[in-house]
Amino acid sequence: MNDSTREHAPVALVLVSHSRALAQGAVELAGQMAPGVLLIAAGGMADGGLGTSYDTVEEAVVEATGDGRSAVVLTDLGSAVLTAESVLDLLDEDVAARVRIADAPFVEGAVAAAVTAHGGADLATVLASAVHAGSTFGEAAGAPAVAVAAQDDGVLRTTAVLRNPLGLHARPAAVVARMLAAYDAKVRVNGANAASVLELMKLGATKGVELRIETEGPQAAQARDALVAAVEGGFGEI
Amino acid sequence: MTLDVAWAVDWVRLSAQTVTEHRQELIELDRQIGDGDHGENLFRGFSAVVAKLDALPAEPADIGEVLRLVATTLMSTVGGAAGPLYGTAYLRAAKATGVAQLDSHGVVALLEAALEGIVARGKATTGEKTMVDAWTPATEAAVTAADGGASPAEVLAAAADAAHEGAEATIPLVATKGRASYLGERSAGHLDPGARSTELILRAAAQAAA
Repeated sequence: MNDSTREHAPVALVLVSHSRALAQGAVELAGQMAPGVLLIAAGGMADGGLGTSYDTVEEAVVEATGDGRSAVVLTDLGSAVLTAESVLDLLDEDVAARVRIADAPFVEGAVAAAVTAHGGADLATVLASAVHAGSTFGEAAGAPAVAVAAQDDGVLRTTAVLRNPLGLHARPAAVVARMLAAYDAKVRVNGANAASVLELMKLGATKGVELRIETEGPQAAQARDALVAAVEGGFGEI
Repeated sequence: MTLDVAWAVDWVRLSAQTVTEHRQELIELDRQIGDGDHGENLFRGFSAVVAKLDALPAEPADIGEVLRLVATTLMSTVGGAAGPLYGTAYLRAAKATGVAQLDSHGVVALLEAALEGIVARGKATTGEKTMVDAWTPATEAAVTAADGGASPAEVLAAAADAAHEGAEATIPLVATKGRASYLGERSAGHLDPGARSTELILRAAAQAAA
């Protein structure tokens, strides 16, 4: 599927949809934000019609779990779940043990899981990121923190103004989440978890908006400096 | 009287026949509360099963082999939820019938295993307007008949009758599982297509034994 000689991330994704086009579109969308993650579309019936094909899903899961990889399976409607579960039931147990079906929204879950997988995360973390994507659009991720703790709480605080024309849209949000994965630090931007592409996008932060950046952890300062530099550099878009 | 592999083969062929005859009816039922593909999907699935049966180099050895062929073929070819649901049912049934001949209690074991497979896969219970509403009374009626000394054919006839009653009883129900659940209250007043196809398939089993 992929001619790249680069090694894939340890967790791959299988996107199971009733529609071939929908599965391929989700792979395209998630892949844009997570190069190096093996994303496999398993959509539609063998003849291209609507439905989920046991054989197509089985092939995708086998490919995804090749080379010792683990895989998270995302599904659209109910019978896609049933098909995926049936495949896992009949798969070799040692392979099935490395596969999880995410109870997550198809598109948001795929994007969140792909970006997390890109950071080299393990199976449980990628799964959690997909599942968590379901609630990301529910509540206001950017709402002010409930209580502003005392200033000597070990949290580094600074601000930076967005300069690129489109603000914190999908690409820069993914850049931020990916970049910060390299640091041992917890980072929040306007209250949103900066490790979550979806939370960042949901801030709807546009050009000129001042971002409140809070970092904590052993590499809090490095993470803060890297993020401020990226924001002020307009994510390479200006 | 017992049932053997010839019964299983007949059951499959009669299932394909009845699904073909009722293809349009199942499509219409599913169009009212689902995505309208149930009739087409089952027609495609059972047609593929018959084609595979015809292509076998030798007669299947036992009932389990026939049921396993049905299971894997339906899973691969049906496409909708019915594929994994019926597929799992036949797969569990195949595992439960490791003997050459089925007596009345063997038939009950087959039906119970199938129902357990559907419940395990679909996580549905009775009253949710699904095929479980036909399979459950069918299995219960089979138990009662077998305990009362009925023959395998009588057990299957009792199961098919009960499946019919169960399917009809889905009409007033509001669906809470599957695609029809998106319709909420509007799903009431329609016969569940999965319950109807269950009835047809169990009737085919009874006819094959008659």
